[in-house]
Amino acid sequence: MLPPIVEFRDVAKRFGNLVVLDGINLSIQRGQSIVIIGASGSGKSVMLKHVVGLLKPERGQILFDGQRIDTLPERHLMPIRQRCGFLFQMGALFDSLTVGENIAFPLAEHARMSPSQIRLTVAHRLLMVGLPGIENQMPAELSGGQRKRVALARAIALEPEVILYDEPTTGLDPVRADVINELIVKFQRELRTTSIVVTHDMASAFKVADRIVMLHEGKLIIDGSPQEIRDSPNPIVHHFVVGEADEKELAVLKG
Amino acid sequence: MPARFIVHVGQKTTDTLAAVGEFAQFAFRTFFSLGPSWFRWRNIRLIVPQMYDVGTKSVPVVGVVGAFIGMVLAVEGYTQFKALGQENRMGSVINVSVIKQIGPVLAAVMLAGRVGGALTAELGTMNVTEQIDAMRVIGADPFRVLVIPRFLACVLLTPLLTIFSDFLGVVGGWLICVKNLGIPNDPYWRYSAMGVDNWQIFEGITKSIFFGGAIGLIGCYKGFTCGAGASGVGRACTESFVSSFMAIIILNFFFAQVSKDWYIAIYGVISMFAG
Repeated sequence: MLPPIVEFRDVAKRFGNLVVLDGINLSIQRGQSIVIIGASGSGKSVMLKHVVGLLKPERGQILFDGQRIDTLPERHLMPIRQRCGFLFQMGALFDSLTVGENIAFPLAEHARMSPSQIRLTVAHRLLMVGLPGIENQMPAELSGGQRKRVALARAIALEPEVILYDEPTTGLDPVRADVINELIVKFQRELRTTSIVVTHDMASAFKVADRIVMLHEGKLIIDGSPQEIRDSPNPIVHHFVVGEADEKELAVLKG
Repeated sequence: MPARFIVHVGQKTTDTLAAVGEFAQFAFRTFFSLGPSWFRWRNIRLIVPQMYDVGTKSVPVVGVVGAFIGMVLAVEGYTQFKALGQENRMGSVINVSVIKQIGPVLAAVMLAGRVGGALTAELGTMNVTEQIDAMRVIGADPFRVLVIPRFLACVLLTPLLTIFSDFLGVVGGWLICVKNLGIPNDPYWRYSAMGVDNWQIFEGITKSIFFGGAIGLIGCYKGFTCGAGASGVGRACTESFVSSFMAIIILNFFFAQVSKDWYIAIYGVISMFAG
């Protein structure tokens, strides 16, 4: 039996005196679409960055396909990272390169392809995200939604096994947000990827998730199917799912 | 409160030492990445746009600075030399000053402001918008792709820009001395040739290589480690210039000291006023 594709074992992370992750245990199976929800600043993105080794934990272990990665030096993380695609919150497109050059970047780094093959692959990836023909545009010329889709095209350039999405719908209008949701579902289906999505957009979470976990004060306080999350009696989960401020927060507002 | 003051001083000291250590690690990693394996076409082609930004675009400002330095030295020095009846020797003093000290140092300071600040701003913006993280996640080494081309461009082009600045400094000094102040042309150049020797030219160009290296390393380091947001990038740009400027001045002192000792050991003490 294959090990989980990603595993957190008692992972803890702090920044100065601020404890962000406090004993996280999580196993993610291949082909799963898992969504990590939580309040802004709860540590969701920090958790995601541990998967690709951008951050190292203070305690615990991170495993990728059964191999421990949190102690690997940077150069030994490259084979792991080639198996992952990462969609950053603001896209993180290289703004001195064109759209085509951005998507070609991972292909030029790792794939043994001729320039014409790279061009064809770039065109195909842009078609997959619904933006054909914009290879020569610069990122600054694109709208927010287009930048996200181009960033997604770059993230899937090498057909990764795992795609990580950091707040994929943040800053987008509901229609563009749904386009991103549809793309996440499409890639999971067509490319058979494992999706790890970090979001506080519950509509997006319920649309794309097989499984939802919630991060609160450094711990995972629930782990279940979308229906279990909807029906959870936990008041913290319930308030978050329905988008309701709790008594403490309302008391602060009333002064 | 004495205790709080001591804590504050201690904290500042440890922070400074930590920053020096971090910079040393950054520099070591840059040199470590710059092995023979780096010199492949896919990496070498990354230097070309950097050479244009560092070198070609800096030519006007470095040229203007060099020319006016030579001219100012001539204007300021003439009265004193004339009073001693030694105005014919001005070429020697101006050209030695320009080639050995003022040319390399001022050209480097101009580049620290123009190039160093630009490097920090560009890499700092990439840092705060997660582009450097994106590069790491894609599996590309940011040192290979971003730092080394910029570092090499600074190291290769600072000496060339220094030579250009020196040349215009010499021309500027000559223009004022000979064409404006009426110093005879022949003794001007004869005394210049006596005062400026190969060692001084070599010293000026050699230290400009190190100045360029310092500008490249510090500019890239400050960009990679800047704080969040526009204010973080802005602060990093200021710190980049100040740190580069101080590095240039300190390196210049050590070069002057070492060069003097080696020169005396090889040639003995030779006065430019002899003969």
